[in-house]
Amino acid sequence: MEKINYYLEVIIKNFLGFWALFSGFFFPFIVFLILFYESRLAIKNFGVIKFITTSTWDPVSQNFGGLTMITGTLISTFLAILIAAPVAIGIAIFITELAPNVLKGVISSAIELLAAIPSIIYGMWGFLVLSKFMRSYIEPFLQKIFSSIPWLGKLFSGSPTGIDVLTTSLVLSIMIIPFMASVVKDSFNLVPSVMKESAYSLGATKWEVIKDVVIPYTASGIAGGLILSTGRALGETMAVTFLAGNVVQIPTSLFSPFTTITVALANQFTEADTPLYLSSLFYLSFLLFILSFIILSLAKLMVLRLQKRWK
Amino acid sequence: MLLISFLTALYGLFWLFWILGTLFINGFKYLTFDLFLQDPNPPGIEGGGLRHAFVGHFIITSLATLIGIPIGVCAGIYYAEYGRNSKFFMSLKNITDIMVSTPSIIMGSVMYALMVVPFKQFNALSGIFALALLMIPVISITTYEMLNLVPHTLREAAYALGAYKWQIIKDVTMKASKVGILTGILLGVARISGETAPLLFTAFNNAYLSFDLFKPMATLTVTIFNYIMGPYDYWHKQAWAAALFLTFLVLVLSLLAKALLYFGTLNPLKWKIKK
Repeated sequence: MEKINYYLEVIIKNFLGFWALFSGFFFPFIVFLILFYESRLAIKNFGVIKFITTSTWDPVSQNFGGLTMITGTLISTFLAILIAAPVAIGIAIFITELAPNVLKGVISSAIELLAAIPSIIYGMWGFLVLSKFMRSYIEPFLQKIFSSIPWLGKLFSGSPTGIDVLTTSLVLSIMIIPFMASVVKDSFNLVPSVMKESAYSLGATKWEVIKDVVIPYTASGIAGGLILSTGRALGETMAVTFLAGNVVQIPTSLFSPFTTITVALANQFTEADTPLYLSSLFYLSFLLFILSFIILSLAKLMVLRLQKRWK
Repeated sequence: MLLISFLTALYGLFWLFWILGTLFINGFKYLTFDLFLQDPNPPGIEGGGLRHAFVGHFIITSLATLIGIPIGVCAGIYYAEYGRNSKFFMSLKNITDIMVSTPSIIMGSVMYALMVVPFKQFNALSGIFALALLMIPVISITTYEMLNLVPHTLREAAYALGAYKWQIIKDVTMKASKVGILTGILLGVARISGETAPLLFTAFNNAYLSFDLFKPMATLTVTIFNYIMGPYDYWHKQAWAAALFLTFLVLVLSLLAKALLYFGTLNPLKWKIKK
């Protein structure tokens, strides 16, 4: 009996260990290898630097460069973070420091529900509801205000269609608010209450405690939250596919349609008819994987550092 | 300033209600029995339903869940019970955590290379594997976290009685964190049942009811995508109804997961409170 138990222990340990190795090592490694292997043709033909600095994407003459998609992804992600960051930090402050206990649970669950809505729902809602609203009200209004300002006016030029950079970034920002808010909220909760209480005892107001104690001490947590949501926004596919307009051009204003890496993948994967075309698409997804992996690792490191400091 | 932070919370809620509101108003009208029981008519002819997509969605998500759960739970148990003190396995755990947020469309392209190109045909099986791969990190991380909440003293008590590690896992830690692990599984199912991107070029789409795993299979999400992009008005209506159903399903799953965690009788969080 003792022997059986011993062997069972060895078998079970190794069995579980295999799957741990699989999900932590083989799985990401296999993804990396397959994407790299499939994009070898494009890497050989276009190289690395040339691919990310060329903006032609021409299936007819078989000439592919990823600059347009990469810029599109970066611009929409950046704008989404810009819109979402103040809101997410505000929500985290409200939930951790201000809300009465009854409201706390309700509001944080409601915000988390935003994260549970599938991205295709954001996409169709944005496409059928929000984009029309943006086209007829918000965008002409913005244009009226900003068009007379010399430098900013350029950002708001062109005819408002609703299917453009601005709407895409707005919808992306709504989608990432819950992720950002929850990371920021968790790091706010890590601040020892002694720190806050000592500031209160010196006569600080609630706002001063938040501004001078809570936020400085959780800076790396906030940064981690921002970067984590950058990683999320980079890979968002369905919402962007509906709203970007899928025009292969580098956007010149907030009202121009554009394309991103994920839009190109979603629209063209089934159309790719030559090996080089397909390989270029794999190259794009390879770049997206590397980019998001690096960004998410950075976020993870920052959050881990904060947790270590407070333990 | 404090007022502004209150307003940001309202801003978040405003979008939530706007989205759910339009979804309900537009979708509820078209939620008929035909939608669930009829196959679609040829394009352009009004009527019909989305039975093929409901069935396909159920097959694909449930098979993906069946593959994803055991792998995810096994990996999570190992991280929590054996790998706790090993730097190597803790960094693997962190990599798994990163994989939770990896763009889902990447899984689609990987499965396209692995299973669609060799078979020379879009097939449901590749979609199932893509979703299962997406689910594994979610489940293993929640399992790890839930097992981590079980106090160490419980394990030490079992060791003192001469138990093997696998017996402790079976009789002590898994028992204590049963509800927590179930929560993780529900969250994983909620995550994959709303996914579209990895299915676009793996399971693809099918206008007919199909049970063949080696042929393309329709899913709700891809059907919604095609119907919204399509030209017919009644397609849009059916897509709204399907979207309402899908959102309702996903929201119920995630609310259920939350409720379990708070009200579960064997809730590991309670151990912490008692201490």
